[in-house]
Amino acid sequence: MASRMPVARPGLAFALAVVTAALAAVLMMLMLAPPVEAAGDPIAHVRVAPPNEIVVRLTAPPADPRPEDFRFTEASAPDAPIPVTAVRVEDGNRVRLTLDATVHPSQHYRLEMTRPAGARDVRPSALALMFTIFLSSALINNFVFTRYLGLCVFFGVSKRRETAIGMGITFTAVIIATGMFSWAVFTYVLKPLHLGFLQVVVFIGAVAAVVQFLDTMLKKTHPQLHRGFGVYLMLITTNCIILAVPLLNAAADASAIEAFSLAVGSGVGFALALFLMSCAREKLELARVPKSFEGLPMAFALAGLFALAFMGFSGLDFFR
Amino acid sequence: MSVEPVPAAAPSAGELIRNGILTENPVFRLALSLCPAVAVTTNVTNGIALGLAVLAVQVLSSVTVALTRTRIHPRVRIPVYTLIIAVWVSAIDMTLAAFAPAVYAQVGLYVKLIVAFAIIISRLEMFASRYPLVPSFWDGLGMGLGFLFALMVIGALRELLGNGSILGFQLTPAKPLLFFALPAGGFFSIALLMALFNRIERMMGGTGAPSGGGSHGV
Repeated sequence: MASRMPVARPGLAFALAVVTAALAAVLMMLMLAPPVEAAGDPIAHVRVAPPNEIVVRLTAPPADPRPEDFRFTEASAPDAPIPVTAVRVEDGNRVRLTLDATVHPSQHYRLEMTRPAGARDVRPSALALMFTIFLSSALINNFVFTRYLGLCVFFGVSKRRETAIGMGITFTAVIIATGMFSWAVFTYVLKPLHLGFLQVVVFIGAVAAVVQFLDTMLKKTHPQLHRGFGVYLMLITTNCIILAVPLLNAAADASAIEAFSLAVGSGVGFALALFLMSCAREKLELARVPKSFEGLPMAFALAGLFALAFMGFSGLDFFR
Repeated sequence: MSVEPVPAAAPSAGELIRNGILTENPVFRLALSLCPAVAVTTNVTNGIALGLAVLAVQVLSSVTVALTRTRIHPRVRIPVYTLIIAVWVSAIDMTLAAFAPAVYAQVGLYVKLIVAFAIIISRLEMFASRYPLVPSFWDGLGMGLGFLFALMVIGALRELLGNGSILGFQLTPAKPLLFFALPAGGFFSIALLMALFNRIERMMGGTGAPSGGGSHGV
């Protein structure tokens, strides 16, 4: 297998092509999305200020605002408003609201105002959201080390560094393609038809179809590339992560951006885990391991050490 | 890639079950389907829930494949097997969600992922597609029980060491080694148990370490 490995450049080109296609799809969906704001909105800007305040910038100077003029809700619970306990007017048409609960800028809220009437959805910017989900799925909740998914492939191909890199690149490219495809199938076909209960059957079919499609395309268009990466393509179907990402997206009812960042994050996270593990396992071959621990048991202990190290990422918070 | 001719005599039921639990234990000996083995075993209850789900899916899909094996064209058998598994997984998933919502909240994702477990499709490929209904049923039962047994052992070890309890009953006044309830502890527990199995195997004159490397089943 190793002797047939090509240099990483064509692999990167392949990965880049898939990523570009997926990015183009996301941008198109963003442009098609309807605009949120209406004309004549009295609210210019809303900023969440943790732990329990929000700052509202109005288009006109506020006239003696009271707490009952505002209704602040979580987007996930629109019928249970978070009580506003105090309102303080600041310079530059700004009003600072104190809330009865803690708020976080990564969450999605809605602010409604009665005098003058207006409403505004408060959500993190697309870029911030993408970055948070990416960090979370690649490091904080790394699929291999904290959710234990994809272990079969993980232990199977982490014996040599070259195979690990090849698998990492192929996997990242493929999971972006399958993740976006399954997301589109779920959002535009399964959800409108209320066929959510078929998600397992449909997703495994979708993943297999995309992988088969990529395999056939690659074999016809880039036989050289296929010789190096085709082996990994077929293995990918047995990786749980590739199925977990669409399932998680479906469970969270994710938007296109969220689905895309989760796919990228989990792909990069898996590639990172594979690379680290392969480096350590190459060194392990020189070590003297107790006879009962030889092979897989030692690899598991090693993965445990990595998992311990990855727990250090758990305090990471982009919005703080 | 064609299915081999049907062997003359199928192994007996007792043999098949012993095989599944001990000699070819899916987790400890074959090193298959490790993801859930680490993921849900922070306590015994979750281990049993997922183990039972896998047992049900394995038996039901083995039986389905054994019944339909003469009608499935060998060239399309892998997609067909996957579809059969996916259908049974969906059924079990919904059953569990309806009757055990508390446990399902913790193991739900992994129940759906049973569809990608190498152990199930490898049993269909290696056994159910070649033998008639009855031996296939016992093979599925043996493998499922072996998986359930492995999950229970790992779950018991981790719950006892991490929480000082078994099945939720507190046995020790404090949590002895919280480490074992953490994600990293799962990897160490499996490493220890696998080494133990290897050790026992060598003491009994076996070959020692399993092939290693986590094969992919299909």
